[in-house]
Amino acid sequence: MALLSIRDLMAHFETPRGTVYAVDGVNLDIGSGETVGLVGESGCGKSTLGKAILRLIEPNFGSIVLDSVDITHLKRRQLARHRHKVQMIFQDPYASLNPRATVGRIIEEPLMVNGWGSDRERKERVAWLLEKVGLPTDSLKRHPHEYSGGQRQRIGIARAIALNPKIVICDEAVSALDVSIRAQIINLLTDLRDELGLSYLFISHDLSVVEHIADRVCVMYLGKIVEIAERERLWAMPLHPYTQILMAAVPVLDPKIARERKKIIPRDELPSPLNPPGGCRFHTRCPYAQPKCRDEEPPLRPLQGRQSVACHLVTEQADGSIAYPTMAAEAAPKNDVRGAPA
Amino acid sequence: MANPVTEFWRRYRRNGAAVVGLAILCVVVAMALSAPVFFPTNPLRLVGPAELWPLTDARFPLGTDSLGRDIAAQLAHGAGTTLIIGLVASLVATTIGVGIGAAAGYYGGLVDDVLMRFTEIFQTIPNLIFLLALVAVLGPKIEHVVIGIGLISWTSVARLVRAEFMTLREREFVLASRAMGMSDLRIIVTQILPNAIPPVIVLASLIVAGAVLFESALAFLGLSDPNIASWGGLIGEGRLLIRTSWYVCALPGLAILLTVLALNLIGDGLNDVLNPMLKNR
Amino acid sequence: MSPLLQVCDLTTHLFTVEGVVKAVEGLSFDLDADETLALVGESGCGKSMTALSLMGLVPDPPGRIVGGQVLLGDRDLLQLSEHEMQKIRGNEIAMVFQEPMTSLNPVFTVGDQIVESVLTHRQVSRRQARERAVELLDLVRIPDPRGRFDDYPHRLSGGMRQRVMIAMALACDPDVLIADEPTTALDVTIQAQVLDLLGELQGEFGMGVILITHDLGVVAGIADRVVVMYAGRKVEEAPVDDIFASPLHPYTQGLLGSMPRPGLEERLREIPGVIPSLIDMTPGCSFAPRCAKAMARCREEQPDHATIGDARVVACFAAEEEVAGRGLAVDT
Ligand SMILES: Nc1ncnc2c1ncn2[C@@H]1O[C@H](COP(=O)(O)OP(=O)(O)OP(=O)(O)O)[C@@H](O)[C@H]1O
Ligand SMILES: Nc1ncnc2c1ncn2[C@@H]1O[C@H](COP(=O)(O)OP(=O)(O)OP(=O)(O)O)[C@@H](O)[C@H]1O
Ligand code: SF4
Ligand SMILES: [Mg+2]
Ligand SMILES: [Mg+2]
Repeated sequence: MALLSIRDLMAHFETPRGTVYAVDGVNLDIGSGETVGLVGESGCGKSTLGKAILRLIEPNFGSIVLDSVDITHLKRRQLARHRHKVQMIFQDPYASLNPRATVGRIIEEPLMVNGWGSDRERKERVAWLLEKVGLPTDSLKRHPHEYSGGQRQRIGIARAIALNPKIVICDEAVSALDVSIRAQIINLLTDLRDELGLSYLFISHDLSVVEHIADRVCVMYLGKIVEIAERERLWAMPLHPYTQILMAAVPVLDPKIARERKKIIPRDELPSPLNPPGGCRFHTRCPYAQPKCRDEEPPLRPLQGRQSVACHLVTEQADGSIAYPTMAAEAAPKNDVRGAPA
Repeated sequence: MANPVTEFWRRYRRNGAAVVGLAILCVVVAMALSAPVFFPTNPLRLVGPAELWPLTDARFPLGTDSLGRDIAAQLAHGAGTTLIIGLVASLVATTIGVGIGAAAGYYGGLVDDVLMRFTEIFQTIPNLIFLLALVAVLGPKIEHVVIGIGLISWTSVARLVRAEFMTLREREFVLASRAMGMSDLRIIVTQILPNAIPPVIVLASLIVAGAVLFESALAFLGLSDPNIASWGGLIGEGRLLIRTSWYVCALPGLAILLTVLALNLIGDGLNDVLNPMLKNR
Repeated sequence: MSPLLQVCDLTTHLFTVEGVVKAVEGLSFDLDADETLALVGESGCGKSMTALSLMGLVPDPPGRIVGGQVLLGDRDLLQLSEHEMQKIRGNEIAMVFQEPMTSLNPVFTVGDQIVESVLTHRQVSRRQARERAVELLDLVRIPDPRGRFDDYPHRLSGGMRQRVMIAMALACDPDVLIADEPTTALDVTIQAQVLDLLGELQGEFGMGVILITHDLGVVAGIADRVVVMYAGRKVEEAPVDDIFASPLHPYTQGLLGSMPRPGLEERLREIPGVIPSLIDMTPGCSFAPRCAKAMARCREEQPDHATIGDARVVACFAAEEEVAGRGLAVDT
């Protein structure tokens, strides 16, 4: 049984201009100690999914089972008993800390709210947490504005792990940081994961960071997951056209490769989630779209090797190999030999 | 960063007018505090001939009113009354306004709609008429005056607090507080309110000024508490003699003018100090 | 041939209550026509201040250019009057800003805004300006340019708005285009498109482009030369292939090392410490407190810009020694 198991989750927003289908039927399992990356364009519903898991946004449909407890419909009181198991790290190290509270207070707050330990035990835990995230011990009485972005993110991390959560949702936790600081925080996150046995749902639009940290990666497009696969497999063989486009757009650190590589440019820009296109949601931008794609929605189908894809053109052949669309052979979908069982 | 008090003063000092305002207010407070020392007897006692012009009798440097009461004593004692009316009325207005604004801004939706309609109703009632009616019905006692002024002044606070809450509730630290299971009340009081307070302080100082004016308006119409010395009361007293002994109205009028001006200057100064602090926090 | 734009010893300070922020300190570089120069550095290192200095748009107060020269042809832009600068801005040097959401005026249609920027510098009729605007929208690959002409900015996506910004910047065929983090606010797929577009337009117009970014990854595909800035100073300058193949400055090395790369499982190499404040700068090299190779000398003396070979510049004592050790010519 997975630690966190999400089924058919939907979260919609009613706005004056219509319903926003921010998360529209998502299935996802996260195992104990596993890091799942969640990538996709801005506005595709990544944060909404993260917030819905914490019930900061009430899902409209579906279920969230956390540690064998269905928390989807729990009342506030009951929910409070399970809250500590999932925590969140936010994107903006400036907006996510109360500017008027001291650092000690910010980290102690979750402990106080959840009635954790005596006053002394809490102070000890805060000191331990400060050390864990690499902040000087004299931080207790200081205010967040006295810290740089990276250090603030450490404060946010200390707050998130204060209650010993099993799973931490990192919503663009390193996106706002400078390159040289980002590496520090990524290392901190992986160290904490190994030491405390945490699971992460690591939301990011930066594929190179996700590749570094995640065991498994979900690709989301307009409220739906279009591909899930083990990290190595996804990077070796992205099947969904959208995943291929994302991968092709990732900046590479080698000028020669960067100049020569062929970019697959999507045809258009992200449609509005207010009225997502019918059929395959990606068909308006997909370079391979067929008439069928416009009419019929492809389900997320599991293929062999823990990879699932939602695309009509990705099919498992009788011999076990996988046929998928690529730029290499524009005319016909190519049979992939790597997909064949040994 | 330096000690917040010195830091505050360093920034406040940069606005010269605000420093003058603070100085005037200090004089008024000193007057109020020293009144019992210099004028130990009841200022409403009849002590001399009526309508004595200022600077004519050394015992009564500012003259006497129509009943022969010492104007200087009344001014000194009235300073305290006026300040307390202003402060308490502003406190009442701020409390109501913060409560309603916080609930509307934090919860939004239906709660917001209902509370804001309610606020609008209060806003459309003409202030002075509402106040007159209230005091006329309940009787001209100082508590009623204070509550009445509070009731007509809270709407601006509510709107300001609502707007502040609406932006602050979207901030991620509020989300983080919810994620750790904090109750709404606790989030409102310990997380959002401290961040929304600086602009409210500025507004509250302006409401004190408004309250002083309302009180004197009431008194001018003869509806202030007759048993307590206040600047407004003195004006109300002098109203009937305005053609002959105009100084009875003019002296407390000048005091009110200076105090209100001082409070406004202080409000400006606070705004200068508190709002940039908000920006780079 | 002399370069199109020559920046010598540019120094811009901000005089704030907290102290003097040395946002740009003795920055020099050349830009040739038909070349893309990338200005790379972390937040707060003075990249935008450099761009604003070149445009003559440093916010004053608190900012002031306290020294140096910016030569466009044979004119020193820093000596020109505001009136003369207005003729140059948007005409000879144009700029694209970071925030596509806030840099367009929400109350005018995108078409009108482009027409406005055409009319500012060209004596043409409104009608001709309109035609030119449609042409520009087409040039930046906005589908259905005539239809989009009458759209308000809020109707466009971030990528489209950034393209409109680029169209406005190109309205008068500038010689120099400064793009300050033009893709930072955009998604990866859109970022790739906008960068491609910039690259193509640069070739088409033969402009010199200064591309400001904090992301070395962006640079690889599009830049010809790279200037790396740290704490207001240039620490390294080299052709793009050299920067990636053999970075000389420990900071550049650290930056490249701290980026996750495919296939590397190990911990990332991090640069310890934090980015320094630009107010109380320590004497020596500003990177010394974070540098693994720092020597006693680094903490006392500011390293000069040493020219290495014919195209590389580095400001670092350790790098100089290393290069000298390899028998290459170092010229300080
Ligand atoms: N409170 C809200 N009310 C209405 N619409 C919302 C609300 N929150 C999010 N949305 C919309 O839902 C969609 C998904 O938003 P979400 O924040 O989950 O995207 P995201 O994938 O996290 O994007 P980003 O990468 O920009 O953070 C967007 O179209 C957004 O405009
Ligand atoms: N108006 C201002 N007042 C005071 N200091 C300023 C002002 N604008 C910029 N600074 C300071 O000047 C320095 C350089 O700023 P600049 O905007 O050039 O950085 P940048 O390299 O563009 O950073 P970013 O990547 O964040 O855009 C920074 O340390 C910044 O704090
Ligand atoms: S289903 Fe069709 S439109 Fe959708 S991604 Fe696959 S090929 Fe493209
Ligand atoms: Mg998000
Ligand atoms: Mg900048």
